[in-house]
Amino acid sequence: MDLSAINPVLLIASLMVAATPLLLAAIGELVVEKSGVLNLGVEGMMITGAIAGFATAVESGSPLLGFVAAAIAGAALSILFAILTQFAQANQVASGLSLTLFGLGLSALLGQSYVGVKPPRMGDIHIPQLSDLPVVGPILFGHDIILYFGIALTAAVWWVLKYSRIGLVLRAVGENHDAAHALGYKVLKIRLMAIMFGGACAGLGGAYISLIRVPQWTEGMTAGIGWIALALVVFSSWKPWRALLGAYLFGGVTVVQLNLQAAGVAIPVEYLAMSPYLITIIVLVILSADKSSAPASLGRNFHASR
Amino acid sequence: MIRLEKRPQPSRAWSMATPLVAVLATMVFGGLLFAALGKPPVEAIRIIFWEPLFGEFSFYYRPQLLVKGAPLVLIAIGLSLGFRAGVWNIGAEGQYIMGAIFGAGAGLAFYPLEAFYIFPIMVIAGAFGGWLWAMIPAILKTRFGTNEILVSLMLVYVAEQFLASVSLGLLKNPEGFGFPGSRNLQAWDSAHNAELIAGTGMHWGVVAALIAVIFAYVLLNRHMTGYHIRLTGEAPRAAKFAGVNPARLVLFCLGTSGALAGLAGMFEVSGPSGQVSIDFNVGYGFTAIIVAFLGRLHPVGILLAGGLMALTYIGGDIAQSNLQLPAAAIQVFQGMLLFFLLAFDLLTNFRIAIPKPEVA
Repeated sequence: MDLSAINPVLLIASLMVAATPLLLAAIGELVVEKSGVLNLGVEGMMITGAIAGFATAVESGSPLLGFVAAAIAGAALSILFAILTQFAQANQVASGLSLTLFGLGLSALLGQSYVGVKPPRMGDIHIPQLSDLPVVGPILFGHDIILYFGIALTAAVWWVLKYSRIGLVLRAVGENHDAAHALGYKVLKIRLMAIMFGGACAGLGGAYISLIRVPQWTEGMTAGIGWIALALVVFSSWKPWRALLGAYLFGGVTVVQLNLQAAGVAIPVEYLAMSPYLITIIVLVILSADKSSAPASLGRNFHASR
Repeated sequence: MIRLEKRPQPSRAWSMATPLVAVLATMVFGGLLFAALGKPPVEAIRIIFWEPLFGEFSFYYRPQLLVKGAPLVLIAIGLSLGFRAGVWNIGAEGQYIMGAIFGAGAGLAFYPLEAFYIFPIMVIAGAFGGWLWAMIPAILKTRFGTNEILVSLMLVYVAEQFLASVSLGLLKNPEGFGFPGSRNLQAWDSAHNAELIAGTGMHWGVVAALIAVIFAYVLLNRHMTGYHIRLTGEAPRAAKFAGVNPARLVLFCLGTSGALAGLAGMFEVSGPSGQVSIDFNVGYGFTAIIVAFLGRLHPVGILLAGGLMALTYIGGDIAQSNLQLPAAAIQVFQGMLLFFLLAFDLLTNFRIAIPKPEVA
């Protein structure tokens, strides 16, 4: 075992990379849940985004174009969920699950010819002087643009939910859809937009895994990150900045666990690999006592004729 | 303008018809998908649904229906009890793995003894393993109100890692030349879940699945617990007044589904799969979710749905070798089936009304 090989600066920098897919997916799902909809299809939308982004980036040579495609693919898949739950009045839990099962199959199908292919690299933003600073430089100023986008998105979602009119309407729909409907807000339309936003974010998160974090395509490569993102929304009590904190915490667990594996710690690799999931469960238990901040209409379907 | 009117009572006719309509829609869209992959669509659908049952080699494929269908039915029956009551056990895959590990582990502790009691001990250990794994989300839910969907699912990933660990360590075959995986239970009579009647595919797992179907039917229609399950699902508030103990119901539903999933894993590992290995599990725990819904959460429906899903697996295998249809296409096909089922369920609960223009 050689723990001295672990460089704390690199550790924090890679922690931020590991946290970004989680953060993107969680922020999207946070908005969806704020509108009163529980979409359990995050894992399916992420893996679809991962392959759509990967394939587009490989074919076009542009990682950025890959991210755009991933967002579109995630949003497109989420429309299926929206049709099922918002128009066909299907059970949200069952619909979300079907989205995940479908997404896992679809991505495996689309990804067959991309196994072993290397995607084009996404360059890190290199700001002269700033990114050359010791310690602070690599941590704060040496990342790719999507990572910064994730943080900016968190800030934007926080601001919109808290201060804007759209945010107010969205929260009203999530708290009491009947009252919001009576006030003349288009409940279904608002929820549809929220679901699509969530799908696009999950798609971006998936593409971040296949294009930047792992840079390759393997079947089922999201390996439960979508589900951890769902847990993260509970962890954050539906507050964007706490979702960021939670994502970094989980990113930290993942990275430390990988570093310990590499350092050859006496604990078997399999037990280290299950630690992020175990810690997610423990965090869920600690936080499950407080349900007060959950949107009141979460998971309930809305039908205007009632 | 088309409008949806909520039916006062869900339509029984549509409730029976939607699975069939969903299958038809899946055939059409699945065919389109196959065509998009450059495969002959009609031929592919024919191979998947016809070949295993009536084709040239159906004598070989028909027993496979039981082999593939039994674990699906066994798991789905357990899941359906919880789903009916709003208890969402999504982690059957993990319980299935733990059942296999416990069952095989209990048996291997006796190796190489030959005795009649080894297999029964393995059955009990398998059910116990699945039950134990399901008790984690159940107790966390009843004690702390933790979401059982997320916890049971997280435990799938934990179980997969645990499976890798025992395949490489605790249960590794000492005579396996260093390859991961346990001893082959098929080669050890006392632990082998062999065919009961040669050439039929009928093994103890199939018997257990049939017993589970009957058990669930009786439970739901003739027993107080079944009544409580149905009541909780249909009218949670009324259930409270009727004296249903929600915590006990959660423990019962998750425990039963865990035990059944564990049994399925144990029968699989001692029979068709033969050994504990890193990837012996093939996603039955997740496919069983589709089976449960496709069977309308009804025991008899689940039996039929399990058969249908087994058919798509076997037909998919044939299409894979005959038409080079990718294996993942069948996964998409199964996912589609659930989509269409949920979508057409609209017709069970709603009536599509086309308002007549009002007469002035």
